[in-house]
Amino acid sequence: MEKLLFELTRLGIVPVRLTNENEVYLEVSPADFKPACLALHKLLRSTVMLMFAEDRRSSEGTFTIRAGFIGTKQRRWFFVEQKVPGPAFGSIAKEIYSANLFEREIKEMFGLEPEGNPDGRRLRLHDEVWSGGYPLRKDFESAVSGPIGNYPFMPVEGEGVFEVPVGPVHAGIIGPGHFRFSVAGEPIINLESRFGFTHRGVEKMLEGRDAASAAKLSECVAGDAAFSHSLAYCRGVERACGIAVPTRGDYLRGIFLELERLYNHVADVGTIALDVGFSFPAAEASVIKENLQALNAELTGSRFLKHINLPGGVSRDLDQASVKNLLAQTAAATRDFRRLREILYASVSFLDRVETTGALSKKLAEDLGVIGLAGRASGVKLDLREVFPGVYDGLKVVFREKGDVLARLEVRLDEFEESVRQIERLAARLPEGAIAGDEVTVGSGQALGWAESWRGPVLYWLRFTDGKLERAKIVDPSFHNWTGLSAAVLDNIVPDFPVCNKSFNLSYAGNDL
Amino acid sequence: MSVFDKVIAARLARGIVTRPIEYEKSGAELKDLVAAKFSRSFFIREVDTGSCGACESEIISATNPLYDLQRFGISFVASPRHADAMLVTGPVSKNMVLALKKTYDAMPEPKLVISAGDCALNGGVFKSSYYIAGGVNAILPVTLHIPGCPPTPLTLVKALLSLIKRRC
Ligand code: SF4
Repeated sequence: MEKLLFELTRLGIVPVRLTNENEVYLEVSPADFKPACLALHKLLRSTVMLMFAEDRRSSEGTFTIRAGFIGTKQRRWFFVEQKVPGPAFGSIAKEIYSANLFEREIKEMFGLEPEGNPDGRRLRLHDEVWSGGYPLRKDFESAVSGPIGNYPFMPVEGEGVFEVPVGPVHAGIIGPGHFRFSVAGEPIINLESRFGFTHRGVEKMLEGRDAASAAKLSECVAGDAAFSHSLAYCRGVERACGIAVPTRGDYLRGIFLELERLYNHVADVGTIALDVGFSFPAAEASVIKENLQALNAELTGSRFLKHINLPGGVSRDLDQASVKNLLAQTAAATRDFRRLREILYASVSFLDRVETTGALSKKLAEDLGVIGLAGRASGVKLDLREVFPGVYDGLKVVFREKGDVLARLEVRLDEFEESVRQIERLAARLPEGAIAGDEVTVGSGQALGWAESWRGPVLYWLRFTDGKLERAKIVDPSFHNWTGLSAAVLDNIVPDFPVCNKSFNLSYAGNDL
Repeated sequence: MSVFDKVIAARLARGIVTRPIEYEKSGAELKDLVAAKFSRSFFIREVDTGSCGACESEIISATNPLYDLQRFGISFVASPRHADAMLVTGPVSKNMVLALKKTYDAMPEPKLVISAGDCALNGGVFKSSYYIAGGVNAILPVTLHIPGCPPTPLTLVKALLSLIKRRC
């Protein structure tokens, strides 16, 4: 921390505000924004975890843009903050690639031009249907009329190069996205992905809501991570408004978060096998997944662990019989899971298909800002449960170095076991007491809330004014990691794309918001 | 004993794992109807027009060995050209309107549209958004809606049965 402060002071940047616990805001002039971001990026070795704008014109006369970094050693979040009168701000994307998509997002949602960002294309408001208007501006009412455009894909040319366009409607039961492969012979030489097909305007819809109705909406952002999203959201509310959560509530949240990881990890292990045509373990995995989701329903009434989180705690308690049931069934699932693991490792042809396939090097993962599960498979060791342990004790962060499909599979295999271990620990130490605070008042304040979902960090930056949400910025790890997939598939053959894709298993909805 | 033998032995020892009797009964009925009215196969093309992903997850679960939708003659197919019905999830994001219509146009007659999940009915929690074109029935003629957020695999199967019965 000292070194960091020294370095920032040397640059003439001093931390001005320490809000909440663990959140540092550096308010800088537009000219200092880039140097401050570069310094944090380098000193903390942190990618841009989130970057977003806020329309503060009615209260302060300007927009505010913040870039957030994580200090794993300091166990803190660092935000560089600048006031932008508009209509442009200086891009940092050429120096820090992980800011690129965030800047493009700010451009399309707020109409602020990131000067120097080479890619001006919109992400979610498709040119073919959106004639204009900036939805996240406070004075936005509806789309303004204007010409409808076209989306220019990057042309890849040369002798024998051809394009394979896929989607938005895919062959499987899966979300919509458009993938454009440029292929020379068999290998992929470029993959350009276009998303936004499930854009629902979630961030705008959250504005003006009270804390409870926003919690409900947060569960519909990415359904397979409903618990992580509502958890990150609720933590944001609690931190913004100084709401305490009883210890038992925290422990239960830990258990449910790991239960979400279990059913998703086992499902992915199955689909990875399925996508190389190995259907027997896939069927096994789907049975384990079903059993775990049935357990979720028995314990909480929801197969997707919805309707549990609320600002100030949780709404579902586990009595002794439920805890016994939980432990018995996770133990049974672990036995099945180990057999599944054995089946996979017993097949040489399976290993041959996943080893070295879709490899993403550590260097590339770091440069692109790949985080979470996919990051750990490439040796990027960030896990928010380790940085901010809370109820976790002695968490073993699982990681691999090779970054191939096998590495992403193995991270899941080991994390499954680690999650079961954590569930057992949490259940054994489950303290007595209330599960939620009885007097929860949501007033005014701003804060970041987070959760390490099974995919990676889910972040909610929130500002409340008099109990109503004024701004919500949501980042699902998918938003960071789709770029990683595009890089990982290069030099692989098109038929291996599905298995590469499944090994990342990113959320379309979480990305598109 | 190979690992495969072990797994199969363990499964056999555990007995049949398929879900409740009530489901079995409705499923068997469904199978006869599908055999009689749809030449033994009822093919569905699934389209996500803005779903959060949970609806897809449950539809996939309906095909797992515990619910095993396929044994009743119902399958999900990759191409709309092979489909008798389209199953649509999610509110319809403006970006998906064209793809939804094109997928429908690619299906041969006669064809049905089924919507699943509260979002698909009228936009659900996203109804008032600037980027939602509406529920599925704002774009295509919907024969059946399956409620739920998301509908469970069991709900999905029961609803399909009721539809096939109604149509026959
Ligand atoms: S109905 Fe519910 S589960 Fe289905 S897409 Fe909408 S929010 Fe997700």
